Amino acid sequence: MKALVSVKRVIDYNVRIQIKPDGSGVITDGIKHSMNPFDEIAMEEAVRLKEKGQVTEIIAVTLGGAKCEETLRTALAFGADRAIHVKEEGEIQPLTAARVLAALFKKEAPGLFLLGKQAIDDDANQTGQMLAALVDRPQATFASKVEVDGQKATVTREVDAGLETLEVDLPAIVTTDLRLNEPRYLKLPDIMKAKKKPVETVSIAGLGVQVAPAVKLVKTAAPPTRSKGVMVKTADELIAALKAKGLVS
Amino acid sequence: MSDTSVARDVMEYDVVVVGGGPAGLSAAIRLKQLAAKAGKELGVCLVEKGSEVGAHILSGAVFEPRALNELIPDWKAKGAPLKTEVRRDDVYFYFSESGAFRMPGLLVPKPMHNEGNYIISLGNLCRWLGQQAEALGVEIYPGFAAQTPIIEGGVVKGVTIGDMGVSHKGEKKDSFTPGMELRAKYTLFAEGCRGHLGKQLIKQFQLDKDSDPPHYGLGLKEVWTVDPTKHQPGLVVHGAGWPLNLLGTDALGGSFLYHLENNTVVVGLIVDLSYTNPWLSPFDEFQRFKHHPVIRQYLEGGTRVAYGARALNKGGVDSLPKMVFPGGALIGCDLGTMNYAKIKGSHTAMKSGMLAAEAFGAALLAGNAGGETLEAYPQAFKASWLFDELYKSRNFGVFLHKFGALIGGAINWVEQNIFGGRFPFTVHDRKRDHETLKLATDSRKIEYPKPDGKLSFDKLSSVFLSSTNHEEDQPVHLKLADASIPISKNLPLYAEPAQRYCPAGVYEVVGEGATQKFQINAQNCVHCKTCDIKDPAQNITWVAPEGSGGPNYASM
Amino acid sequence: MSKILIVADHADGKLNAATAKVVACAAKIGGEIEVAVFAADGSSVAAAAAKLAGVTKVLQVDNAANAHPIAATLAPQVEALAKVRGATHVLGAGSTFGKDLMPRIAAHLGVPQVSDIMAVHSATSFDRPIYAGNAICTVEVPAGTVVGTVRLASFTAVASSGSAAVEKVAVTASLPSHTRFVSLAAQKSERPELQSAARVVSGGRAFGSADNFKILYAFADKLKAGVGASRAAVDSGYVPNDMQVGQTGKIIAPELYVAVGISGAIQHLAGIKDARTIVAINKDPEAPIFEVADIGLVGDLFQILPELTGKL
Repeated sequence: MKALVSVKRVIDYNVRIQIKPDGSGVITDGIKHSMNPFDEIAMEEAVRLKEKGQVTEIIAVTLGGAKCEETLRTALAFGADRAIHVKEEGEIQPLTAARVLAALFKKEAPGLFLLGKQAIDDDANQTGQMLAALVDRPQATFASKVEVDGQKATVTREVDAGLETLEVDLPAIVTTDLRLNEPRYLKLPDIMKAKKKPVETVSIAGLGVQVAPAVKLVKTAAPPTRSKGVMVKTADELIAALKAKGLVS
Repeated sequence: MSDTSVARDVMEYDVVVVGGGPAGLSAAIRLKQLAAKAGKELGVCLVEKGSEVGAHILSGAVFEPRALNELIPDWKAKGAPLKTEVRRDDVYFYFSESGAFRMPGLLVPKPMHNEGNYIISLGNLCRWLGQQAEALGVEIYPGFAAQTPIIEGGVVKGVTIGDMGVSHKGEKKDSFTPGMELRAKYTLFAEGCRGHLGKQLIKQFQLDKDSDPPHYGLGLKEVWTVDPTKHQPGLVVHGAGWPLNLLGTDALGGSFLYHLENNTVVVGLIVDLSYTNPWLSPFDEFQRFKHHPVIRQYLEGGTRVAYGARALNKGGVDSLPKMVFPGGALIGCDLGTMNYAKIKGSHTAMKSGMLAAEAFGAALLAGNAGGETLEAYPQAFKASWLFDELYKSRNFGVFLHKFGALIGGAINWVEQNIFGGRFPFTVHDRKRDHETLKLATDSRKIEYPKPDGKLSFDKLSSVFLSSTNHEEDQPVHLKLADASIPISKNLPLYAEPAQRYCPAGVYEVVGEGATQKFQINAQNCVHCKTCDIKDPAQNITWVAPEGSGGPNYASM
Repeated sequence: MSKILIVADHADGKLNAATAKVVACAAKIGGEIEVAVFAADGSSVAAAAAKLAGVTKVLQVDNAANAHPIAATLAPQVEALAKVRGATHVLGAGSTFGKDLMPRIAAHLGVPQVSDIMAVHSATSFDRPIYAGNAICTVEVPAGTVVGTVRLASFTAVASSGSAAVEKVAVTASLPSHTRFVSLAAQKSERPELQSAARVVSGGRAFGSADNFKILYAFADKLKAGVGASRAAVDSGYVPNDMQVGQTGKIIAPELYVAVGISGAIQHLAGIKDARTIVAINKDPEAPIFEVADIGLVGDLFQILPELTGKL
């Protein structure tokens, strides 16, 4: 069984973002980027399934500009066997991304398509679900446990009410949550080998995909800052203030 | 340190370079250029502890392109990030919190002139150099910290990378990954100022037995986005004096303010680590410095976007340790090649890396099997413009230490502008920076003004802007030889100065009376190395934390 | 005029509070608001939804296949219902239920989705957070049905003062069988999970020891709150790493956040800036936490916490 994993290049989670003075987005030049952390978890899961013998080939996919190749190389160092780079320098929104991934899904016919539950840049949390819809296959989002058994998979999901378990027929789309696994440290020899693994480059048009209607960005701004509230003098006053706000009864 | 009981992968190269700064990258590039020219292969690997090349780079920086011209003559065509030429050079003496005297151009010492130089982000230059190096076939591995030199039979054989996935208590976690051995015929150490491997090597091979003690400064820097009407691209403002000494020698240093492109202004203060008052806090000096009218006129109404700090070498040519040892060499600030009179260390670091590469490259290409002490490098160094430049400036730091900024600076002017940097004598300064502190009880306690949140800020909100992060569950990378010293000795004698010299709030004394304890917030560490230098008991040893940890400087 | 279809968020025959907030968001857009309840038997949920102020009508879609909320099963039904009702907007809660379901609907409709709507400028223009709330985007959606999820922390639930009609409707859609519900296990921990808790109390280094954190746990249990800590408390070894709230720890957005003995370093504030109400208790009146706290109390936590625990 093949596993497809999509990985996205995002501003590194340690970096404090800066908003461009003209409000047209955030500053990305000279800023450290890395693989979306949830995608690292997806990669790790694919590698673990391969180590268990349930996956035979891992194909990493990314969409984006030339610099995204480094993210694919990271995926290859994790253990992907080969990679597909859908090259597009412009912005790609989730629905278009999902259409592209759907085209690759049809082309590669994987048993599992693993994605991070969301990218930490746009925080959309849409692409996996949209992909599942477009290929009309099961989705198991927010996965914290994945068990493959023949033509089925049992996935535990972290939902607001607790842990939900679903059984899905394969092929299925799984999006990963934080507690699914802890991604391994990359090893130097693996990083080196990754440089020599094959990366296929394709374009959105080359896959026969039509770009979806897009949400237009009007502006990007800093979040409003909080301001100082009231000071109370005693525990009783504090309880009264909380009651007044309906926060305790 | 590295556990000898675990099996380690080994990779072998001709040359391993430790550190992806200007020296290490220039050396790696030069080695590959030489190999290409000879039509041969040299395997060159460079490891960098930061999460990417540039992540741990901090410099002013006014950049003199001399070494770059020699290394990559067509750097302009290749898109090197040298965008803002120096247009105006102001030098001030600040004699009080509001007073300043601007030096007429004629009185500015020659090394402080900056025609033909560029105001750059050294981090971005290193990112670019990293791309050039990779294009030439250098294998660059950021996120991997060299933890120990491999020394066998008195010969350096490479380095061992730090283990990953070790818990706070030192136990192997599920994610434990042993660091591998990178073995090489020659290893070049380019860790920057006070490199922790360089320090071990200097000790092991007694590289400093014939040199003056090195002296250090702590450079603190911020990046600001300023009001476009206040922005003057190409303006360089250097200064000495307030809030440090102008006439005295207790607290020396200098300041800088540079206008780059895109409404970006960088501001910084360098505090000599020879300061004597244990109550002094370099961070707070820097914060109040920004309120000086000369500085605030540019920053007011602007936004601070980044903060960082890094120790720098300012010892000069007489403090340089021996450069070579069996199997390798020290280059750049790991060696101590900064030209403090120019307050520039990038072109000198690059040049030292290139000289080392030329010596080691030539030997390897001629079939040298490695492991030797290659004197060709120090010989080439002596014959180079780099030595000439450092020799001319050798007395500057000493003049300042002995006579203060104003008088020492004046003597320096005479030496540089009249004698062309060649006074017929050399002055020495043999007191080490950790020996200079006076007792807390004998020193004036300094009350720093509260930060106003506009021009000045507290330490933690500053560290926040360095994007510093470390894996939380790992051993503390600031090692105390004797855990009792901070509270039993440093506290009564010097009011534990680590609380104040650390620019990142790593060290705190918490609790009161019998429950007092020394708290190390290792996660805050910006890898400046000041504690390793200034601790009066020399009780703190900085070692590399898990790879990728530390600041994530962008455009520093 | 907008015609807004809201997919009700419910469990165990009860309407989740999230839906009342989605209605509040819909009210800002304006127009007719219909709430659709997909369940095996949605009578009680529908009755509760009918009371939400501003709701025009409740559509009860009973189907045995809807016994559990499976996105692949629900999406074709919502899509069909949206078409029948002529919906201009289809909204869901920014809960795991809504986040799972809504994009599947948007993809079927061939429209983009607006995730985490936090403010409404017009029927087609919204604010949403990116980069974990460190930046806010204003976006304009293209022509077509607007599909979105609503960021719950940004809206106040509407009152249960309405009385809309409940209409049972049948929806024709072919439902897949490839996804099957197995089980739902409630949170094992007695204390709510830090990241999803509606109330969180956090302690700082002022507690002085791991043992002293007991009084914080007692207070948390009284409030049914999750427990967090500042980095200083973690670094001091009082509590484990996974309790750390802040830039390098967990970023949380509870309804109520009580910071006890936490000075409010910016790293910590970065992790709580989306909390609805921040309460600070600290003995230092100059502590930065008071600059962002909605309610502040200067005093000794060792006196105040037990008192609060006793009186609540």
